[in-house]
Amino acid sequence: MDETRRAFLAGAGKYIILTGAASLAWDYVVAGQPAQAPNYTATDHWWGMIIDIDKCIGCGLCVRACKAENDVLNEPGRFRTWVERYQVDPADMDHPTVDSPNGAYDGFPEIDKPGGGVKVFFVPKMCNHCAHSPCVQVCPVGATFESPDGVVLVDKDRCLGCRYCVQACPYGCRYIDPRTHTADKCTLCYHRITKGLTTACCEACPTGARQLVDLKNPNDPVHEFMRTHKVHVLKPQMATGAKVYYNGLDGSVR
Amino acid sequence: MGERSRPYAHVLRVAGLFLFGFAVFLVVRWALVPADFGRLGFYRAGALDSARAVKVRYAGEATCVDCHEEPAQLRKGQGHERVRCEACHGPLGRHADGDFETDKPRALNPRLFCWPCHAELAGRPALIPQMDPKDHAVGESCIECHKPHRPKAESQ
Repeated sequence: MDETRRAFLAGAGKYIILTGAASLAWDYVVAGQPAQAPNYTATDHWWGMIIDIDKCIGCGLCVRACKAENDVLNEPGRFRTWVERYQVDPADMDHPTVDSPNGAYDGFPEIDKPGGGVKVFFVPKMCNHCAHSPCVQVCPVGATFESPDGVVLVDKDRCLGCRYCVQACPYGCRYIDPRTHTADKCTLCYHRITKGLTTACCEACPTGARQLVDLKNPNDPVHEFMRTHKVHVLKPQMATGAKVYYNGLDGSVR
Repeated sequence: MGERSRPYAHVLRVAGLFLFGFAVFLVVRWALVPADFGRLGFYRAGALDSARAVKVRYAGEATCVDCHEEPAQLRKGQGHERVRCEACHGPLGRHADGDFETDKPRALNPRLFCWPCHAELAGRPALIPQMDPKDHAVGESCIECHKPHRPKAESQ
């Protein structure tokens, strides 16, 4: 071949290959756009929850509502949220007596009022939707993740069921759903909050002990609440960035 | 090929094998990794849509009140004002959508409905009225004295 023909073919070849590569890249970019939810921009929200221990009466309505809303398995029981009853002797705060009969689905059985200054209170627990979540960090395939609006979710189509996240969560809020063999947990009722509703547990709570909050909304009552109450998160030493804030949490709560 | 063998032939063979292996890896990766993975973070962006697509079971008080204004008005001014409809009546999302067959408002058996909140229980904060089921109106139905939407009894 003479020089000009060779040069032409080299140039044309490069041109064709680059165009092909560019179009493949473009398809890749376009394919990744999730369908926009009408009226909902994820980056305008940063969801969390406030749980007021001073208001929780241990009725278990939140546990029932969550099970009904999210089709959570009852036999054998799995819980996306549950309530624990603590009996704490102030002289021995490291050893509270804790019970959670069937996750408090049917409330709590009566107990004799403990004497000796022992205090009793109820602590509802759920996924803390951590900002620096250990479960997200350990997932090998990216099946659990934090959404742009701060909700930790599980992608059931990608989960392998390896259970690494179940081990990693310091709050014990994850479980394996025996029907799908994938990890499952509280989704903060993502399907409800993105439509302007509140979570099922907050809807059912009769005393307002549980309240959904949007930390990015300047009008949300959470900002006033956090300024006027002493709030705490579970296991702060784990530095998980938990977004469920407890008012009135006792030091004995693990 | 000349009679002199190329001195770097072994290097080129290994490099070729490596490139072939890399090409196989790229093909497998293209086949297994979903197209929208990595777009928003280390996850499949379509998972957000699946999370949003779950069916809503609890309609929410605002939806109930759209059709049933009277009970909401009755509740004003007394303790049950802050108890939302479906806390007692159960999930009624499908009822709100017009399907009156699937979600029926629960028939409220007072014994099963009132005590879980109002029975005296160790550790229960005093912010709602509580009484001992063993000595309060034993054998009577709660609703004889307490209407559910306006629970203060006449004697109170």
